[in-house]
Amino acid sequence: MSFEDWYRQDRLPHIFCAGCGNGTVINCTLAAVEQMGWKQEETIFVSGIGCSSRASGYILADSLHTTHGRALAFATGVKMANKGLHVVVFTGDGDLAAIGGNHFIHACRRNIDLTVVCMNNQIYGMTGGQGSPTTPLGCLSSTTPYGCAEPPFDLCELAAAAGANYVSRWTSYHVKELEKAVKAGLETPGFSFIEALVQCPTAFGRRNKFKQVADHVEHLRSHSLLKAKRDRMIENGEQIPAGMFVVGELTRRNRPAMGVKP
Amino acid sequence: MTRPEFWQGNTACAEGALAAGCSFFGGYPITPSTEIAEHLAAKLPKKGGVFMQMEDEIASMASIIGASWAGARAMTATSGPGFSLMMENIGFAAMTETPCVVVNVQRGGPSTGQPTMSAQGDMMQVRFGSHGDYAVIALCPATVQEMYELTVKCFNLADKYRVPVFLMADETIGHMREKILIPDTVERVGRKPFVPGNPPFRAADPDLIPGFPQFGTGHHVHVTGLTHDERGYPAATSPQLHMDLVKRLVDKIENARDEMADYDVINPDAEQVFIAYGAPVRTVQQVMHDRKDPNIGFLRIRVVWPFPEKALAKFKNAKRFLIPEMNLGQIAREIERHVKVPVRSIPKLGGELHTPAELVRALEAQP
Repeated sequence: MSFEDWYRQDRLPHIFCAGCGNGTVINCTLAAVEQMGWKQEETIFVSGIGCSSRASGYILADSLHTTHGRALAFATGVKMANKGLHVVVFTGDGDLAAIGGNHFIHACRRNIDLTVVCMNNQIYGMTGGQGSPTTPLGCLSSTTPYGCAEPPFDLCELAAAAGANYVSRWTSYHVKELEKAVKAGLETPGFSFIEALVQCPTAFGRRNKFKQVADHVEHLRSHSLLKAKRDRMIENGEQIPAGMFVVGELTRRNRPAMGVKP
Repeated sequence: MTRPEFWQGNTACAEGALAAGCSFFGGYPITPSTEIAEHLAAKLPKKGGVFMQMEDEIASMASIIGASWAGARAMTATSGPGFSLMMENIGFAAMTETPCVVVNVQRGGPSTGQPTMSAQGDMMQVRFGSHGDYAVIALCPATVQEMYELTVKCFNLADKYRVPVFLMADETIGHMREKILIPDTVERVGRKPFVPGNPPFRAADPDLIPGFPQFGTGHHVHVTGLTHDERGYPAATSPQLHMDLVKRLVDKIENARDEMADYDVINPDAEQVFIAYGAPVRTVQQVMHDRKDPNIGFLRIRVVWPFPEKALAKFKNAKRFLIPEMNLGQIAREIERHVKVPVRSIPKLGGELHTPAELVRALEAQP
């Protein structure tokens, strides 16, 4: 079996725009799931609302496409009612960090055995490009026409502070690293959070000087700062350049978890 | 065989859930329903079940839907403010045909209102509270015995009709203690089995209910709150498909109205007829007992939604219906739709039961 066998062929074509980064993240996730050797009948995909959350519907397994922001609460019910199931959650920055923020921190606190893949496009894509809790300061969106005036969330810091066992951040550029990170998340008992920054040419890129998809992906690449390098810079007292974000495995620990298969 | 107990209504509800095989409870503390969660927190883990105290009522409702798809008989319990928070996911449960049980021990509203006082103010919210058209089932207990029995019945109806079912209790019955008789076993009606290979949301039977393709059993079912076709795939822009789906969701409940009707008819030849559900039943019973007048009839309703309209026709000589409710006449208006004789609402707000004298005054007042 290859990761392509996890796709629900009769649902294609998908709804993602040309140049969207979500497909890359779904591919990486399914490749990681496939490497785990998990059976389709024991793997459940749960998602909320938004572009990212449409992912669950394209996968040939049981899937629950829920209400906006609530995927983690639904997933908690699925996992706790049958700990033998593997539960993977797809979400986005608006779904997870705005309307679903409370469920996010509590799922982390419980350290419940879920793997959460967040496609962070820094915008509300499905509704046409409104500012989200991760829209960078100064960026343009349809609801921040004079530049975003609110500081963004660091989703990974949030997850780690709230108690997740595994936290990683990569981008749609770093496909190999992302796949490995998802696999590490799937292997780790407890709550695993993988943030994947993705380009959104339709709603984010065209308003923020990324006329070409490749320009946006290149921006994600060039503004990624490897965790090891970041740590070295801090050790040497160097200033972290503005606009850079840390990528890599940020947290890995073995705190008591709930919902782990006995 | 039965075993006598002297229980609070909320305890009886929790025990009814355990007897029915509830194996997942997701809830959030709220007066006056909290004893249900507390009782299940103590009992469920010992029976191999799961108790989850969720972060809010939105999550509580979400968790029981997830647990239900994973195969559990799942329940939550709340009161007014929490019930309002659950509304979006209640609509999701109706749209995705997810069996689950929601207990609402009603208190005075709107808003925070009267947390420790009794009310029946959510009787329209339970029927229409989520957006869009849908249908649900709602039961109202008037005794501690019924808190037990109707909770069991909620689980059976939820599984049979694949719909959220509501135990619409009130603070009076939830916190009242009285003797009840616990049976050794209770009836269990399970979910219709799913026939492998069928589209998961095809409802080919006359009852319009599809078989349940439980998660983890290899059916690869996609469950979405979007308008979906028989395969469960989103098809949100087809007018005909949306109409057919919503009509089926409503019809599978409305068509079974008579089948699930549960009421008592007392003195069907009477001209003056009380109709009550929940706590006001007790006051009507007192009046019936005191007056012993064959010209006073009583329709006592347990399944309030879908409303058992045919029960009204049992009172052929009725000249007037009198409806004591702990709200401003929510079900009285529903009754008005179905009868030609005058309907007199006897509303009572504030948290206290109607007194027998109040009902007698209404009875004796000229129309």
